[in-house]
Amino acid sequence: MIGADIQILLPEIVLAVYAMLALMGAVYTTKDGAASLLTWMTAGMFVLLALVIGVNGQGYNVAFDGMFVDDGFARFAKVTILLSAAIVLLMSEGYMQRRGLLRFEYPVLIALAVVGMMVMVSAGDLMVLYMGLELQSLALYVVASLRRDNAKSTEAGLKYFVLGALSSGLLLYGASLTYGFAGTTLFSGIIEAAEGGASLGLLFGLVFLIAGFAFKVSAAPFHMWTPDVYEGSPTPVTAFFATAPKVAAIALFARVVHDAFGGIVGEWQQIVAFLSVASMFLGAVAAIGQTNIKRLMAYSSISHMGFAMMGLAAGTVGGVQAMLVYMVIYVTMNVGTFALILTMEKDGRPVTDIAALKSYAKRQPLLALVMLVMMFSLAGVPPMLGFFGKYAVLLAAYQGGLAWLAVAGVIASVISAFYYLRIVYYMYFGEDTQALDGRTPPVLWVTAVVTGAIIGLAWIPGVNLFGLDPMAAAAAATLVN
Amino acid sequence: MGNILTLTTFLPLLGAVILALGLRGDDAAAQRNAKWVALVTTAVTFICSLFILTNFDPANTDFQLVETTEWIFGLQYKMGVDGISILFVMLTTFLMPLVIASCWNVTTRVKEYMIAFLILETLMLGVFLALDLVLFYLFFEAGLIPMFLIIGIWGGKDRIYASFKFFLYTFLGSVLMLVAMVAMFTEAGTTDIPTLMTHSFGTDNFRILGIQIVGGMQTLLWLAFFASFAVKMPMWPVHTWLPDAHVQAPTAGSVVLAAILLKLGGYGFLRFSLPMFPVGSEVMAPLVLWLSAIAIVYTSLVALAQSDMKKLIAYSSVAHMGFVTMGIFSANQQGVDGAIFQMISHGFISGALFLCVGVIYDRMHTREIDAYGGLVNRMPAYALIFLFFTMANVGLPGTSGFVGEFLTLVGVFQVNTWVALFATSGVILSAAYALWLYRRVVLGDLIKESLRSITDMTGRERLIFAPLVVMTLLLGVYPALILDMIGPSVAALVDNYDAALAAFHSASQFAAN
Repeated sequence: MIGADIQILLPEIVLAVYAMLALMGAVYTTKDGAASLLTWMTAGMFVLLALVIGVNGQGYNVAFDGMFVDDGFARFAKVTILLSAAIVLLMSEGYMQRRGLLRFEYPVLIALAVVGMMVMVSAGDLMVLYMGLELQSLALYVVASLRRDNAKSTEAGLKYFVLGALSSGLLLYGASLTYGFAGTTLFSGIIEAAEGGASLGLLFGLVFLIAGFAFKVSAAPFHMWTPDVYEGSPTPVTAFFATAPKVAAIALFARVVHDAFGGIVGEWQQIVAFLSVASMFLGAVAAIGQTNIKRLMAYSSISHMGFAMMGLAAGTVGGVQAMLVYMVIYVTMNVGTFALILTMEKDGRPVTDIAALKSYAKRQPLLALVMLVMMFSLAGVPPMLGFFGKYAVLLAAYQGGLAWLAVAGVIASVISAFYYLRIVYYMYFGEDTQALDGRTPPVLWVTAVVTGAIIGLAWIPGVNLFGLDPMAAAAAATLVN
Repeated sequence: MGNILTLTTFLPLLGAVILALGLRGDDAAAQRNAKWVALVTTAVTFICSLFILTNFDPANTDFQLVETTEWIFGLQYKMGVDGISILFVMLTTFLMPLVIASCWNVTTRVKEYMIAFLILETLMLGVFLALDLVLFYLFFEAGLIPMFLIIGIWGGKDRIYASFKFFLYTFLGSVLMLVAMVAMFTEAGTTDIPTLMTHSFGTDNFRILGIQIVGGMQTLLWLAFFASFAVKMPMWPVHTWLPDAHVQAPTAGSVVLAAILLKLGGYGFLRFSLPMFPVGSEVMAPLVLWLSAIAIVYTSLVALAQSDMKKLIAYSSVAHMGFVTMGIFSANQQGVDGAIFQMISHGFISGALFLCVGVIYDRMHTREIDAYGGLVNRMPAYALIFLFFTMANVGLPGTSGFVGEFLTLVGVFQVNTWVALFATSGVILSAAYALWLYRRVVLGDLIKESLRSITDMTGRERLIFAPLVVMTLLLGVYPALILDMIGPSVAALVDNYDAALAAFHSASQFAAN
C-alpha cells in the first residue's frame, strides 16, 4: 500500500531529494563555484520531470487516502510549472553570474519552491495544501531578498514575508473553520459536508481560504505586496515570481473551489467574480503611471490574474479549461517579456526605466519586434495568442452566466492597452537616444525569439496552439465533474 | 485554384516576409528594392484577385470559392466571397499598388514602411473574405497594429496623440463586439457566418437595470456591433479620431485609411447587422438615419471652417460615410445598392483627393490652405486632376460620386422623407466646401513667393492618378458595372431581411391576440 502511494508521489520525492543532495554537496565541496553547473542541472531536472509526468502520467491516482491527488489537472499544472521554472532558471544564469548573485542556494531554493508548487496543485487535503504552500512561500521569501546587500531587495523579501505570513494566517484560520464545521480536512469529506448547502461556519472558512489564495495569486484587493516585491527582487527572480508560482497558486485555487466546494458554486462564484473584476481594473489603472518596467509588469500580472479568475468564476469545466489555456499563454508571454527585460542594461548595470527603451527598434529591430508582439499580446490584440486567451475566458464567463464580467473585462483590457502601447511608443516612436548598450546573451535571445514566434504565430491553422486546447480540456474535465 | 482566396489574402504577407528576411541595409539601392518588391507583390495580388473576379458568378447569391479548415477552440478557418464582399476585395487589391507607388519619395525606414502596408493589405483582405466570426475579428482588429505604427512612426508632428487616439478609440469599439460574438456563439452554437445569417436570435423584450430593451437580445447584439462599426465608419459623434488620424498620417496612410479602412465599418453593417439582427436593425434604424443626417449636415459645416486641407477632406469623408450608413439602414434595394456603390466610389475619390494633397505637400511641406493659391498658373495638369476629383466629391452627374449619393437618397426617401430632406441639403454644403477649397488653393493669382518655383506633376504622379480617373468616370457613366455585380446578393439580403421582419411581426401580432 505504502509502496503504491510513494510511486504516485515519486516525482516530488525525487525533486526534494535532489534539492537536499545538491545542498549538501554544495555546502561540503565547492560552494559557489558549482552554482552555474547546479543551475543547469536543476533546469535539466525540471525538464526531465516534466517529460516523465507529461508522457508517463495517466489516470486518476490517489495517494495516502486522498491526501494527495495525481490527476490530469495536476499533471497539466505541474508540466507548466516545471517547464517555465526551467526556462526562467536558464535565463537567470548569466544575469546572476555577472552581478555576483549566482550562489548555489539559488537553484536549490528554486527547486524546493517547485516541490512546494507540485505538492500544492496535487493537494487533496487542507494540511497537504498548507504544507505545499508554505514550502513554496518560504523558499520564495528568501530568493526575493537574494541581493542581501541591497536595501530594496531586502525590503522586498521582508515585505513579502510579513504579508505572506498574514495571508497564511488568514488561510489557516479558514482551514480551521472549515475543519471545525466539516469535521475533516480532506477535500472529499468537505464536499460531502457541503452537500445541499453549506453552513455559515463553512462559508466563513471558504471566504478566509479564498482570501489566502487571492494573496498568493496577487488578486486585488490582496495585491499590495506585488509591485514592491517585483521591483525589489533581482529581475530573474521577478521573472520567476511572474510565472510558475502564479500557475501553482491559481491551480490550487481552482482545485480547492472545485474539489472541496464544487457543490456550492453559487457561494464562491460571486467572490471570485469580484476578485476578478477588481484585479482587472486595478491592474489596468494603476499601471498607467508606472515608469519602472518591473512595477508595470507587476500591475500587468495583477490584471492578467483577473482575467484568469474570470474563467474560474464561471464555475464550469469550460471555465477551468479557459483558465488553464490563459495561464499557459500568460506564462509564455511573461517568459518572453522578461527575457527582453533582462537584456536591458547600460554600462553593465540593469536598467528598468521604461524610457530607456527609446528607439530600441533602431538598434535591435528583431528584439523590438518580439517586444512589440509581446505587448500587443498582453493587451489582447489579435492575432497574438493573448487574444485567444482572452477569448477563451470571455466565452467561459459568458457561458457561466457572467455576461457583466465579460463586458467589464474587455473594458479593462482597453484601459490596459494604453500602457502596453506606451512601451511600443518608446521603442518605435521615441527620439534617438543611446539609453541601453548591453549585449544580448544567446540564451535570452533564443528565448525571446522563440516565445515571440510562438505568441505571434501559433494560432495559424494547422499549428492550432500545439493542441493546447484539447489538453486543457482533458485536464479540466478531471477536476470538474 | 482550390484556395485562391487564401492565396490572394496572404500573398502580401509573403512579400512582407521576403522583405523582412531577404533585404539588408538601408542605402538607396535597398530602399529602391524594397519599393519594387512591395509594388510587384501588390500588383501580383491584384492579378490574383482578377482570378477571383472571373471565377465569381454574380447570379449566385451564396458564398463562393469557400475554403474551410479546422481551427482552434472549435472555430473554423473559413474564407469565401459573395456579391457584397467581392467588390471590396477588388477595391483593396486595385488601390494598394497605387498606394505603394505614391510613397516612392519616402526615405525613412522604407523597408519597414513597405512591410507595414503589405501586412495591412493582408489583414484588410482577410476582413472581407473571412466567414468565421472570430477569424473576422482577428483580421479586423489586427489591422489596428500596422496602422498604429504607420501613423506613429511616419506621421506628422502630433502623431503620438493621433496614433494613440486612433488605436484606443477603435479598440474600445471593437471589444464590445467581441463580447457580442461570444454571446452569439453561445446562443447559436457556431461561429460560421453563413449559418449565423440564417439563425434567428432572440427578440423577446427584457429589462436591464430597469430599462426596457425592445427587440431583446437582437438589439443588444446589434448595439455591440454598432459600437464597433460606428467608430470604424466613423459616424457622428464618434468620428473625432478620424480627422486627427488623417492629418497626422503620411499620405499613403491617409489614402488607405480613407479608401479602404473606413469601408470595414460599412461592410460590417452589411455582413452582420442587417442579415443577423433584422429586428434589432429595425428598432435602431431611425437612430442611425438621424445620426447619418446629422453627420452629413454637421460635418459638412465643420469642413467649411477648416484651414487644413487634410482635415477638410477627412470631415468630407465623414459626411460621405453618412450617406453610406443612411443607405444601409433604409434596408431596401436602392439604399443598400447605393451604399455599396458609394463606398466603392468614395474609395477612389477620397483616395485620389488625399493623393492630391500629398502631391503639393511633398513640394511645400504644408497642408495649410492659406499657404497656397493660384496653383493653376504653375500646375495646370494638377489643377485639372484636382478639379475632376473635387467635382466627383461634390457628386457631379457623370462621376461615380453622383450615383452613390443619388441611390442612397432614393433609398432613404422611401423610408424617411425628413432624413432625405436634410441629407440632400448636405449635397449642397459639400459643393460649398469643396469648391471653396478648390478656389482658395488652385484658382486666383499666384502671389505667394514660395510657390513661384513649384513644379507640375511628374510622370509617376500622373500615372498614379490615371486609373483613378478612369474608374471614377467609368462608374459614373456606366454604374451597371457595379450594380450588376452586387444586385442579386443585395436583393437576397433585402428579401431575407423583409422576410425575417414579416415573420417577427406576424408572430408578435399572434402573441398580442
